[in-house]
Amino acid sequence: MLELQNIHSYYGKAHILDDLSFNIAKGEVVALLGRNGAGKSTTMKSVMQLVPPRSGKVQFMGRELTGLPAFRVAKMGIGYVPEDRRIFTDLTVLENLEVGRQPARDGAPTWTVEQLFGIFPNLAERRMNRGKQMSGGEQQMLTIARTLMGNPALLLLDEPSEGIAPVIVEQMAHTIMRLKAEGLTVMISEQNLHFARAVTDRAIIIESGQKKFDGTFQQLEAHPEIRDAYLAV
Amino acid sequence: MAFFLAQILTGLANAAALFLVASGLSLIFGVTRIVNFAHGSFYMLGAFVGVTLMDILPGHVGFWGAILLTGLAVGLIGAFVEIVVLRPVYRAPELFQLVATFGVILVIQDLALMIWGAEDRLGPRAPGLRGVWRIFGEPVPKYDIVLIAITPVILFALWYLITRTRMGTLVRAATQDREMVGALGVNQAWLFTGVFALGSALAGLGGALQLPKGGADLLMDFNIIGSVFVVVVIGGMGSLPGAFIAAVIISVLNVFGVAYLPQSTLVLMYVVMAVVLIVRPYGLLGREEVAGEHGQVGAPERPIRPYGARGRMVVIALLAALALLPLVADKFILTLMIDVIVFALFAASLHFILGSGGLVSFGHAAFFGGGAYAAALLVFHTDTPMELAFIAAPFAAGLLALGIGWFCIRLSGVYFAMLTLAFSQLVWSLAFQWRSVTRGDDGLVNIWPADWLNATAPFYYFTLAMGVGGILFLRHIIHAPFGYALRAGRDSPRQAEAMGINVKRVQFAAFAVAGAMAGLAGGIFVFSKGSVFPTELEIAASFDVLIVVFLGGVKTLAGGVVGAAFLTGVEDWLTRLEYWRLILGLLIIAVVIIAPEGIVGSLRTLWVRIRHIEEEEAK
Repeated sequence: MLELQNIHSYYGKAHILDDLSFNIAKGEVVALLGRNGAGKSTTMKSVMQLVPPRSGKVQFMGRELTGLPAFRVAKMGIGYVPEDRRIFTDLTVLENLEVGRQPARDGAPTWTVEQLFGIFPNLAERRMNRGKQMSGGEQQMLTIARTLMGNPALLLLDEPSEGIAPVIVEQMAHTIMRLKAEGLTVMISEQNLHFARAVTDRAIIIESGQKKFDGTFQQLEAHPEIRDAYLAV
Repeated sequence: MAFFLAQILTGLANAAALFLVASGLSLIFGVTRIVNFAHGSFYMLGAFVGVTLMDILPGHVGFWGAILLTGLAVGLIGAFVEIVVLRPVYRAPELFQLVATFGVILVIQDLALMIWGAEDRLGPRAPGLRGVWRIFGEPVPKYDIVLIAITPVILFALWYLITRTRMGTLVRAATQDREMVGALGVNQAWLFTGVFALGSALAGLGGALQLPKGGADLLMDFNIIGSVFVVVVIGGMGSLPGAFIAAVIISVLNVFGVAYLPQSTLVLMYVVMAVVLIVRPYGLLGREEVAGEHGQVGAPERPIRPYGARGRMVVIALLAALALLPLVADKFILTLMIDVIVFALFAASLHFILGSGGLVSFGHAAFFGGGAYAAALLVFHTDTPMELAFIAAPFAAGLLALGIGWFCIRLSGVYFAMLTLAFSQLVWSLAFQWRSVTRGDDGLVNIWPADWLNATAPFYYFTLAMGVGGILFLRHIIHAPFGYALRAGRDSPRQAEAMGINVKRVQFAAFAVAGAMAGLAGGIFVFSKGSVFPTELEIAASFDVLIVVFLGGVKTLAGGVVGAAFLTGVEDWLTRLEYWRLILGLLIIAVVIIAPEGIVGSLRTLWVRIRHIEEEEAK
């Protein structure tokens, strides 16, 4: 479904992604693992073309994304949830969801506001509240719900467990399993190995913008030296 | 009592056009973060297009139809301007965007001159609304009542659009984080175009609606822009209800000003603005600007260095050539060179706070004109010797800068720019309306230098010494610890504060120094011309110097000086052409889009590239 071929991305002169390639198949839930600064967020932004790769190819369902503006990428069915949440703090919960709304698309689950309130009951209670009046966990739910309003076929979740309370992290894990059950393809960037193992099928480990490992968690466990080299703090 | 009521009604009627134009400006700013200086031009276009359409279309339907069609037409023109001029510069620094819109002003001025000619047009009366209604015995024009009724309807329609529709929701979201809106699948480019078109259409509507009360002329654009900015600043930038309240306050105040204090109408609104800003720095309903929002990251500044040995040699050779100039040049050349040096010092002073301080001042003419007026007033009223009056110029301008800076430095970015512009308008309106002291637009004349300087060559040397001295003084400060602190505050205010630099105080001091140096230039200017007029304090004068700094190159120290030399030289032959504004405007827009580094910056890039190629070949 998603295919990255030899991606090189830069921030100014800093070389962030170095010849990165991987594939994600339809229906998979994949974890993108690595330390702070390894290039996880940049990978997601490179897919969205928010940080357009300087060379290499990004393909989504056989169509080339490289060079498109971000809104076209989103319209093709990729939903992006940024790590810093970036909800519209002056808008109400309902208005935030409205901004994300896109028409239904074939081959992807369709979401309504009421369905999303079913998954995130806290949001339903606060539907008329402004974004800035909400807690970090609630904001994290809102940003996921907002992206789901676009009925994406592929969801990019950038560090969904970061900076939220453990009880919410658990809720988040259930949510992601629910999304998987709906047939959504998901890529999650994570530093929390336990969380990643609980919700995903496969791990891709990157370090300094290069792919170091790509396989199942069983395979990863068979090679503790990889985990120690690229994930241990 | 009846008279009082009639006055209020007139004020409310006048508020209609002002609110329309201001709401458009506020809307555009709220979403695109661009301060559209060409907004007055759309208002003027609205008036001209409206007059033309009303001539063609007959009767009631024709009149109101013409107004709606005008809104549509000006909206389309706005969309065209947004796509062609502004789209390429959304990611550029604020100053570039402002300069681009200034280029648009010049282009529209000359296009309007080409199409409609230089003669003022009187607006037609609204059919069926020619007479007056008597309210408590006082006559109130029927059209005024209609305007009073229309304004709240438009305010409500805009409020509904912004808060209750999908487009409005997207617009508000884009105001906060445009990149995220794009990542959610919204084509924000068209959103921006739509908002810009709507804002322009509102300005066009304002221009057409005011026709029965006024008319159409080629000065409308600059004449309204001062009041529009005051309204937007008082109301709070980006706030529509704020713009409405402020438009009503200013218009009503203006009507009473005309009735009771006719000599202070212009000053009054700036005083109100100052009072409001002391209490609420971001306007009545505005909110504090949050620094470092998403999706607007500027390129890092290139560090500046003092000239090396070769650079110094060039400067010394240039100065020597300038010193020897009177031996070979005639009077005309020397006079031109005096103008160049005066303008170069003026530009260098703006460049000082703009380039090194990062403070985009839109009212720098207040200090140039202020210095000129200070010296001229001393000579004119008290026969002060020229030497003393001349020294007073930088001091007076520096004091003025301390006063204005006290209000402005608290704000930053476009708020700072708007506020400096508004204060320079305050100074201008003082010079224009305080006739007993300043003689208004008759200006102060016969301000000649002392006998020992009263010939072209000696005055040229005097200008050279003062001008070059001033410029070197500014350069010296930039390379001194104070300059480091100033640049640190520009690049990273928080980091600088954490290192113990009082950023605001450093900026305040720099603002005063820049003001004083502009005043020095003004002092030279007034004695070289022998007179001073309020035009030296106009918005256009502040824009001129901004253009010069921009053309020269903001990020290079020599930018201001080179830009001034270039423009003064080119102006001489350019202004002989009939449509020189069009050419200059297009040139400015082209520079903004194609060569945003300015003359000096582009030359340097070219030089680096040539050297690079040579090195490659050498290998």
